[in-house]
Amino acid sequence: MSAGAEAPAAVASLAEGILRGDPRMLARAMTLVENAAPEAEAILESLYGKKPAAPRVGFTGPPGAGKSTLVAEYARLLRAEGVQVGVIAVDPTSPFTGGAILGDRVRMNEHATDDKVFIRSMATRGSLGGLAARTGELCELLDAWGSEVTLVETVGVGQSELDVAEATDTTVVILTPESGDAIQALKAGLMEIAEVIVLNKADHVGADAMEAALRASLAFRPEGSRPPIVRTVATARQGLDELHQALREHREALAKPEIVGPRRREKVRARIRSAVREGLLDAWLRRQGFEDVLDGVTDDVIAGRTSPYRAARALIERMTRDGKRTNGNGN
Amino acid sequence: MARKIRVLVAKAGLDGHDRGAKVVASAMRDAGFEVIYTGLHQTPEMIAQAAVQEDVDVVALSILSGAHMTLFPRVLDLMRERGLNDVLLTGGGIISKEDMGALQKLGVGTLFGPGATTGAIIDYVRGWVAEHRAGEVGTAK
Repeated sequence: MSAGAEAPAAVASLAEGILRGDPRMLARAMTLVENAAPEAEAILESLYGKKPAAPRVGFTGPPGAGKSTLVAEYARLLRAEGVQVGVIAVDPTSPFTGGAILGDRVRMNEHATDDKVFIRSMATRGSLGGLAARTGELCELLDAWGSEVTLVETVGVGQSELDVAEATDTTVVILTPESGDAIQALKAGLMEIAEVIVLNKADHVGADAMEAALRASLAFRPEGSRPPIVRTVATARQGLDELHQALREHREALAKPEIVGPRRREKVRARIRSAVREGLLDAWLRRQGFEDVLDGVTDDVIAGRTSPYRAARALIERMTRDGKRTNGNGN
Repeated sequence: MARKIRVLVAKAGLDGHDRGAKVVASAMRDAGFEVIYTGLHQTPEMIAQAAVQEDVDVVALSILSGAHMTLFPRVLDLMRERGLNDVLLTGGGIISKEDMGALQKLGVGTLFGPGATTGAIIDYVRGWVAEHRAGEVGTAK
C-alpha cells in the first residue's frame, strides 16, 4: 500500500531481472505472488508469454514414498543433459499455528549450489488439494526465469488431493511395495490422475506383488489409457532412465495436434476462470463492505437475534439485490 | 493475506548435532513461521543460495563445532555478495560472549547460547522483522 506510487517501477525492474535469470528477483516475485501482494498481478501480467512454458511434471504420492528423493534424482538426470530445472516443493501448513516446516530441500542438497536449478519450498497455507494455492503462478515465474522443465512435488497425499493433475502437464504417482492393499483405496482418486506410475523402493520385498496388483487394477481401463509402471530405487539411482523415457513418451503423446489444441484451450480457460473467481469474489465483497456487515451480523447471531443460516441467507439476498446484474437467481 | 515470516534454519559445517536446530525449527513453526530446514553439513555457499531462492527474512545457523568465527563471517559475506542486505543472520551454539560481540560488530545479529529459551529467539526474530522488513513492497495489508 505504501508502495503504491513506486509499484510500477518496482514491477518493471523485477520482471526485467527475472527475464535476465536473476534468482533474487525471481525469489522476491515469488514471495509477492504467494502473499497475493498488490503487485502480484502486474508481475505475472508483464511476464506472461515472454518465454516458452516449460513442461510441468507433478510428483505425488503418499508420505514417505520417496517423492523428494525422486525429484532430486530426476533433476540430476536433467542437469546431466544440460537442462535448466525449476522445482516447487510443497509441504503442509499447520492448521493450528499457521506455521510450517519445509523440509524437502534436505533431499535436494546436491543441487544446492547449482544456479541452473531453482528450488522453492511452499507451504500449503490452508489449501487442501496437495499443493499451495499459487503453485501454478510460481511455475509461470519459473518459466520467465528460464526453467526448461519444472518439477512440482506435492505434500504427501491420500486419496483426494488431486490438484496436481490440473497444475501440471504430466502427473507421476509414486507408490512403494509398502503401499500394499492401499491401492484398493487409491483406485478412486490418486490412481485416476496417474499418467506415469512409479513403483519406488522396488528393491523391497513385495515389489513384484505390488506391481501385479497395480497391473490388475489397471486392467479394466481401455488399452492405450493405462499408465506405464516404472520401477525405481531412487536412492540407488535405478530406473531413472526408464522414468525419463516414460515422461518423454507422455510428452510426445501430448504434443499430437488433436490433443495439444483442446488441452491448451482447457488450461487457458481454467486459468482465466480461477483468476476471475478469485478476483470477482474479493472485489465484490470489498465493494459491499462485507467485513463490516459481517461484524454486525455476527453480533446479532451471538446475541441470539438470528441464526447463522438465516443471517447468511439475508446477506446473500441483500447483496444480490443491490448488485446490478444478478440474472434473477437471487431468490 | 497476512505476511508469513520465513526463516532458513541450517546446520553449517561438519558438526552433526542437530537436536538444537530441530527444537528451534519446531518452536518457530509453532509460532507461525515458515521454516525451511535444509539438514546437516551445509556449506556457506549452499546456505546463501537457499536463502536467495527461498526469499527468507532470516537465516538462523546452529553451530556447535567451534567453527563459528569462520562460518558466520563467510555466510554473511556470501549473503551480501548476493544482495541479501536486508536479511538477518542470527544463530546459536556454544559461542563465548567475546566471540558473540566480535560477530555482531561484523553485522551478525544477536546470537543465542545454552539456556536461551525458544520464546526469546522467537521474540527477537519477530521484533527484527517488524522493524526491518515490515515496510517493503508487497508486505502491506
